[in-house]
Amino acid sequence: MAQKIVVDPVTRIEGHLKIEVMVDGGKVVDAKSSGVLYRGIETILVGRDPRDAQQITQRICGVCPTAHATASTFNLDNAFGIQPPKNGRILRNLIFGANYLQSHILHFYHLSALDYVKGPDASPFIPRYEGDYRLPNAVNQKVVEHYILALEMRKKAHEMLAIFGGKMPHVVGIVPGGSSETVDAQKIIDFRSRLKELTSFIDNVYIPDVLTIAEYYKDYFDIGRGCQNLMSYGGFPQSDDGSDRFLKAGVFLQGQEQELNPEKITEHLKYSWFDDNNSQKHPREGVTAPKPGKDGAYSWMKAPRYDGHPMEVGPLARMWIGGEKKVKGLGEKAFSVLGRHLARALEASRVAHAMEEWLLEIEPGKPTHTPFEIPKESEGMGLTEAPRGALGHWIKIKNYKIANYQAVVPTTWNASPRDDNGVLGPIEQALIGTPVKDPENPIEVARVVRAFDPCLACAVHLFTPGQDLGKFKIY
Amino acid sequence: MNKISRREFLKFASFTAATLGLSQSVPEVAYALENAAKGQPPVIWIQGASCTGCSISLLNSVHPDIKEILLEIISLKFHPNISAATGHVAVEAFLGEAEKNKGKFFLVVEGAVPTKDNGVYCSIGEKDGRELYFSEIIKELGEKAKAVIAIGTCAAYGGIPAADPNPTGCVPVSEVIDPKKVLNIPGCPPHPDWFVGSLAHVLLYNELPKTDKFGRPKMFYGGIIHDNCPRRQYFDNSIFAKDFSEPGCLLLLGCKGPVTYSDCPTRLWNGGVNWCIKAGHPCIGCTEPGFPDKIGPIYEKMPEVKLPGISASADTFGEVVGAATAIGLGAHLIGNIVTGRLGGHKKKDKEGEK
Repeated sequence: MAQKIVVDPVTRIEGHLKIEVMVDGGKVVDAKSSGVLYRGIETILVGRDPRDAQQITQRICGVCPTAHATASTFNLDNAFGIQPPKNGRILRNLIFGANYLQSHILHFYHLSALDYVKGPDASPFIPRYEGDYRLPNAVNQKVVEHYILALEMRKKAHEMLAIFGGKMPHVVGIVPGGSSETVDAQKIIDFRSRLKELTSFIDNVYIPDVLTIAEYYKDYFDIGRGCQNLMSYGGFPQSDDGSDRFLKAGVFLQGQEQELNPEKITEHLKYSWFDDNNSQKHPREGVTAPKPGKDGAYSWMKAPRYDGHPMEVGPLARMWIGGEKKVKGLGEKAFSVLGRHLARALEASRVAHAMEEWLLEIEPGKPTHTPFEIPKESEGMGLTEAPRGALGHWIKIKNYKIANYQAVVPTTWNASPRDDNGVLGPIEQALIGTPVKDPENPIEVARVVRAFDPCLACAVHLFTPGQDLGKFKIY
Repeated sequence: MNKISRREFLKFASFTAATLGLSQSVPEVAYALENAAKGQPPVIWIQGASCTGCSISLLNSVHPDIKEILLEIISLKFHPNISAATGHVAVEAFLGEAEKNKGKFFLVVEGAVPTKDNGVYCSIGEKDGRELYFSEIIKELGEKAKAVIAIGTCAAYGGIPAADPNPTGCVPVSEVIDPKKVLNIPGCPPHPDWFVGSLAHVLLYNELPKTDKFGRPKMFYGGIIHDNCPRRQYFDNSIFAKDFSEPGCLLLLGCKGPVTYSDCPTRLWNGGVNWCIKAGHPCIGCTEPGFPDKIGPIYEKMPEVKLPGISASADTFGEVVGAATAIGLGAHLIGNIVTGRLGGHKKKDKEGEK
């Protein structure tokens, strides 16, 4: 008989996520991902000065505020009809790139590794799910040592970020029109020195550690397939108009590579606590109208779909679409727990090496910022790639104020609930078929979920006032 | 509070991180953890309506670094982003440790407390098939805790999630836990030193550090940014930047330095490499009780400032402006805050709102 397992809270992610799976015959047969991204930030933004969006949306997430800073400034640039000067574009890329490195390192060592590596028998490493830890003692110890080293490395990445970003978390250096910082050779060499150390860590410690874990957990190349549809908006503009991106934009849908068409994005609401009348709208027209208690709904996340399909976003999608041989060479096995970890590590290396070249393109003494005026009426769209996947911001300005603001974040794609057609979201699909040895210690479920690097961007868990959540469980 | 003596604390501190260097084998790290944890004050960290930024900021601590904090200063019994525990194991960890260490542990709360509709907008786990509401759990844990640290502007004053129209009814921690027990460490996020230094004060001297009217330690929030601003001379000489990345005082770009209390200008951020104003960006006033509504809009200049800065403590001016942000720029500006002209509200000026 099928047994329900609830993992709540899923820790070592950003925010609050609850996973429910049904296990039958030792395998997951159904899955539900419930979470929220609703502190009402979109509602809070309405009526404010459009420029404030850049600071307020960063507060959606303290792990990747640079991603929201980037998406919101692309959005505002677009709405204001401006573009940053070359230096401004590069500074933004360097600030954001520094956080890519920080985020990927943090994700592997501090959020995920403890699913594979046994920490010392003391807080905060105990208590933990017991069972399947396979690394021999000496190997295990080495990775724990790297866990500690990685704390230092991720901090260094933030220091590097602050050279141009001002401070972190929540940067000030990324503003509409470019950057508030200026550039000189001292800042460049300061940045470069830290970058070299980080690059060496990524190439000589991080990637080898992922491969080591892969060696002992080979079966995780066959666990967590998911929907196998991939999408990337593209990240790190290489031209001042933003069209050419270092991380390529594209779509891989039902085995076919396609060009990205953002007009094909809609948000489904049937299983979310939002008014059905607004379902299947493009985010630009999106309405955030909460409807607690809606029958059958089980999440405060909307279900974004591309051309009607669920899409996986994140490093695997970007490396596949970008043609990374080591990822594509895995074939179907790339769509797996380990495929996702490997893609993330390889991407960290790619971005780190590219950043060194971007540094050399800076032209000290030239402007970093384009002045602008707020238009009375306008619309904008800002698309980028957060470390954990495709991130889009949309704005409507009326009478110099924000009339509508919508953000569709990566985890809304990955951890989305079922859509209007009943099709499961990417993480839900990835969980199907996952073996669960011990229902008391469902570590396999945690491994599948964490490989997506979920960022719920908010520790709020929303549900129906005065009603038992259980009413909505379909099991 | 007498959990840890000064001598014991100093003993931990002298147990240098160097002996745990990376050249050392991991069993030594494990040994240190297991032993140190026996005498170190237990800490339970929970998150409400937050973005995790305060936790990430703490990871950036330099002296002591996070390794030293975890190995030698505190015994972190639960943290949502760091603990190995997940699911029901996590719930058992924070509830069980709180009971086991009743009256001895420090509760750190990150994020505001959503109270609308009896607090159902935030839960931090599930037990016996029932969601654990954040607003209930922090009351329970808060009662058992020796002291409570409200880290970040959301926990201290409501912050971003409490911004108009405050969709989930967010309130500060001190509204649901006995405020005498609560120490506020505001900032969006706070500088890691503000948390670590305040904790050190508690451990060393067995008392909460002296605070201002808004419950934040004077040792870090005692002065106005404007008074220690490296661009202060520009202000005195009336040289104002008109665009980002220009030299000059940033007042016209919306700088809230004249009404913001913190030591950012002298402490600097991220290992001392930079901070907001040095990076050419106006101070956004993120340590203030009025952030973001009463101190916004972020890029609108404050009303005309006629007087050069007059230093005053937050307490003095707090009396005048009540819950509005305390300021130090003379009567003209205070008048504007009280009447709502400064602290321009996003939708409309709410005249007379304090």
